[in-house]
Amino acid sequence: MQRPDSRRLVRNALLALAAALLVYAFVAGGYLITVLGFAAIYAIFVTGLNFFMGYAGQVSFGQNAFAALSGYTSAVLTANYGWQPIAALPLGVVGAVVLAFVVGYPALRLRGHYLAMATLALGMIVYEIAVEWQSVTQGYMGISGIPPLGIGRWELNDPKYQLAFLIAVLVVALIAAYRLKESRFGMALAAIAGSEDAAKALGIDVARYKLAAFVIAAVYAAVAGSLMAHFVGFVSPEVFGLHMVISGFMMLYVGGIGSIAGPLFGALIVSLLPETFRAFKDYQDLAYGAALIIILIFAPKGAASLARFLPGSRG
Amino acid sequence: MSGSPAAALEVSGLTARYGPIEVLHPTDLHVGQGELVAVLGPNGAGKSTLLRRIVGLVAGKGTVALGGANVPASDPRTCAMRGLVLVPEGRGIFGPMTVFENLDLGSYLATNKAEIRTRLERVFALFPRLKDRQKQLGGSLSGGEQQMLAIGRGLMAAPKVLLLDEPSLGLAPRLAEEIFVTLGELNKAGLSVLLVEQKAPLALKLAKRAYLLSVGRVVSEVTPDQIQSPHDLARYYLAAA
Repeated sequence: MQRPDSRRLVRNALLALAAALLVYAFVAGGYLITVLGFAAIYAIFVTGLNFFMGYAGQVSFGQNAFAALSGYTSAVLTANYGWQPIAALPLGVVGAVVLAFVVGYPALRLRGHYLAMATLALGMIVYEIAVEWQSVTQGYMGISGIPPLGIGRWELNDPKYQLAFLIAVLVVALIAAYRLKESRFGMALAAIAGSEDAAKALGIDVARYKLAAFVIAAVYAAVAGSLMAHFVGFVSPEVFGLHMVISGFMMLYVGGIGSIAGPLFGALIVSLLPETFRAFKDYQDLAYGAALIIILIFAPKGAASLARFLPGSRG
Repeated sequence: MSGSPAAALEVSGLTARYGPIEVLHPTDLHVGQGELVAVLGPNGAGKSTLLRRIVGLVAGKGTVALGGANVPASDPRTCAMRGLVLVPEGRGIFGPMTVFENLDLGSYLATNKAEIRTRLERVFALFPRLKDRQKQLGGSLSGGEQQMLAIGRGLMAAPKVLLLDEPSLGLAPRLAEEIFVTLGELNKAGLSVLLVEQKAPLALKLAKRAYLLSVGRVVSEVTPDQIQSPHDLARYYLAAA
């Protein structure tokens, strides 16, 4: 099985479609901007998740913890202490990296379901902290009045500019992910996903690389969390709750786990699909669910793999 | 019989445990320079565990020495660096990666591009079929080709001692023989090999000596001419029991 050119064609067609959507959003403005903004933030989040799950073959149900840590760091520092968003974001990321090291070092000895449970617990613990530590997080009420991104007096008040900025960050995030995937490090991760024992026998430091993949995933999640706080202007435990985990998983599988473009497609589809079924009114969720199932039946490797429907493709 | 100071691989008092259970009892064995030694035994005798223990994939006590120098036998990476390379049972091919990428990962610890190139040419000369299928995905190869790839990937690590875990597993007899012919060539070229195998007749065609393993213990050491029929093999097992 070789990588056919037709696959590249589909990928480019989908990217062109995404670009067209973007142009339309900029012209039309309004609600679509918000939806695409969320999609861009989630695409960053899921690109990180893809690192840990798609490339390294591990499982994490707790990436929302890193988004929450960084999101709250940004929220508290900018809304309550008047920090610049651009200064708060790196601090949130550093916090997430430290947390990923501390949690990952012992937890990554676990495999499969046990690792899934441990990471799920991490997400739940951070959620509980967000609820209970009221003096800082204001509990369920959440923190509002978070300024939009910007430097000094130049705040990105127009949602269009915010979207443009989010897309710029997303592009950098995707390029970085591509570079890492194609590097020796990326190859080693793929070997670990294939067979941990075989990878070890070839001299690959499995424990270290798994931890590195976990930390990278945390960095992506943390960046997404901070961007979310500034884009919405509000954080609460629910913003980074279980919903975030489930959405992330859906995007990863619908878009195509293990591929660079997968998280982007997944985030777009899962963000836009519910909107397209507005006309179904009460049955909107039903139609949305059915559409997701149909996608996964016909493209079990996600939207990024749809090239196999093209004539001449052996994919 | 104890190994000379020049033994390629010398293992002494090696044990292995999974949790509280000792599955490999203190074991001594050695492989001379350029020697091909077999480890024979039925299912569950601990053959795979022995190999996994030697490269440090399983925990336990005892020492492993390569060319007279001790290797910290709880660290697969150091083992690979010193040239102790395991071709695991079930091949452990990286299915979603191409044949070339699989081989490339074999030389993961090497950094000299020219050296890697030389190793690759050697593997392709040994297994021309891998060269034809470089761009094919590892998972799409036939069983025999996957075994060739697994061995080729092991050779890419430039082993001093190659540990092979049941290379005939799941292969048609003719394919298994083909693989064994190649192993013989490798050994003639000077490679020291420790070969775990269930198909004793196949292994005894190549090996100069064989250890018989039963329930986690070496029960005897034989030469091929001592084993003329399956009855002989049974006799050695029963004598030890």
